[in-house]
Parts: sequence; C-alpha cells; structure tokens
Amino acid sequence: MSGHDHDHPHGHEHSELSETELRVRALETILTEKGYVEPAALDLLIETYEKKVGPRNGALVVAKAWTDAGYRKWLLTDANPAIASVGYAGRQGEHMVVLENTPKRHNMVVCTLCSCYPWPVLGLPPVWYKSAPYRSRAVADPRGVLADFGVELPKETEIRIWDSTSEVRYLVLPMRPAGTEGLSEERLADLVTRDSMIGTGLPKRPEDIK
Amino acid sequence: MPLDPQAAMRAAIAVPGVPRDRDGPVFREPWEAQAFAMTLALHQRGLFSWKEWADALAVQIKRAQAEGDPDTGETYYRHWLAALEKLIAEKGVTTPDALHRYRHAWDRACDRTPHGSPIELKPEDFA
Repeated sequence: MSGHDHDHPHGHEHSELSETELRVRALETILTEKGYVEPAALDLLIETYEKKVGPRNGALVVAKAWTDAGYRKWLLTDANPAIASVGYAGRQGEHMVVLENTPKRHNMVVCTLCSCYPWPVLGLPPVWYKSAPYRSRAVADPRGVLADFGVELPKETEIRIWDSTSEVRYLVLPMRPAGTEGLSEERLADLVTRDSMIGTGLPKRPEDIK
Repeated sequence: MPLDPQAAMRAAIAVPGVPRDRDGPVFREPWEAQAFAMTLALHQRGLFSWKEWADALAVQIKRAQAEGDPDTGETYYRHWLAALEKLIAEKGVTTPDALHRYRHAWDRACDRTPHGSPIELKPEDFA
C-alpha cells in the first residue's frame, strides 16, 4: 500500500545524490575496499550524532501543533511554510507533508534512501531505516515491525505506510501523550522523539524524562 | 582504539574550526558526519596525525579563500572533503583518477536505481 499518488511528468523517478554526496560515497567505497575503514563502524559512530545533524526542529513543530490549534491546522494543510515559521531551512523543491496520527490511524514512513529523509527536521536517520529488510517488512507486516520497537497499538487502529518520494517528504504528527496538560511547548518538545516522527515509536511520557 | 564519541571529541579539539557544542562535533548535513567519521578512522589507523591533517585542511581553506570563499563556516566541510581527497592521494591510498572513476560510477548507479531501492555499486557502473 502506498500513500502517495503523484504524477511524475518527467518519466521514471530515479535516485538522486548531490555532487558532494557522490564524492563522499566514492571515498567511502575506496577506503572500504582497501581495508582502511569499516562501514559498520562508521555507521555506528555516525548514529551517535543523531541529534547533532541539521536544525532538527521537528520536535518544536510537533509541540507547537499540540498546543496551538491554528498552527496545527496550518501545518496539516500547508506544511512547508508552517515548518519554516519555526526556523526550518530545507532544500528547495522538498515538499513536506505532515501526517496526523489519531486513535483510528497510525502513520509510518518508509524509505531506504537517505536522500529522501527529511533530516533538516528530524536529524540523522537511524541506520536500520535505510535497510531493505526494514522497508519490505514495514510494508508486509507493519504491526510486527512496530512490536519490534516495543509499540503496541489497539487492534482497531489502522496502520498506514507512506513511502517517501524524491518530491515528497513526510513528517508524522504523533498524538499528544496523556498527562501533559499544562506543559510548556519546550517541555513538550522534549517528549518528541525522532522515531515518533517517522512512526516507529511513540512520544515519551512525562514520567520517562523526569 | 574504538571509533567513538570520545575520540571524536578529541579530534574536534585537535583540529581548528570543527563546529561543535559541549558534547562534540555538530554537522549541518549527513555527509559532513560521514566525512568526519572517515577522517577519524584514518587517523586511528595512523595514516596521519591531527597536526598533519590540520595543515592539509588549512591549505584547502586558504586556497578557497583566495578564490573568494566567503568563509562563513558553511563551507567548512567542503574544504574538509577536498583536503581528505588530496591527502589520501598523497599518502598513496588512492589516486585522483580512481576517485573520479568511483564518483562517476556512483552517479551511474544512482541514475539506474529506481527511487526507493537501495543504491548499490555494480561492476557495470564502471563501464
């Protein structure tokens, strides 16, 4: 099941990497082939920078949407300017769409391409996110994948999988956790995890971060 | 020596200009973290000292400034990448020609890979 249905007037949609990204890949391949670096060790180190790449204002966007109904409406109908209003500076041509989680529907985003991941909003993608097995399993057995992440949803909640494209990037707007009434936007933003914004996790609860 | 955040912090202190916060280096884009991690790995293998690396980086930055780089910090890792390419060629790890061929091969791999599939390098990409 795919959540998007766009026309691609320029024919097939292939993958894209910038000139700089190509150079970095070339370097990594050569250094790996010659035994100077191990990709797994690099990935492990890079993953520790999950929260150190890009402006990462996704959590603020979510917290604002939880507290401000007007902003929430704006975000869900026209995400780019709504996100930009909290200081996001994405690449041109990236169209963001925000998917709202409700008791009836849980959204989960897949894409094996790092280049389709909205890192300016979310920080670095987790390493497993780029793996082919994650993508195919998420499509075939989303409940199983969620269970692996310790997330159990009510049976009646529909799980919808969205596949990022090179034109559309998704951000999941998770449900506001119970017991957070009266918390400031800043405190609320602390509850919003990267995984909750790609739909493989839920936001933290206030008692988790005390 | 493990490739870990402590080693990364030491590198960020040893090399002038590395953008960082109190925990260690910070990056504007994912590729910057990749370039940084590879440099850290090569340093740990003893390919160069941080002094040597800082000198190589300084050469790139001076050259870019002479060519009109505004030097606002946004281009720091571009200079880093150029220095890395140059230094490993000088060390005999690879050649500018090989770097060019691999870059081109990745470009072809990208072009033939439909969106949503992992991009993998295949022998025909070098043809």
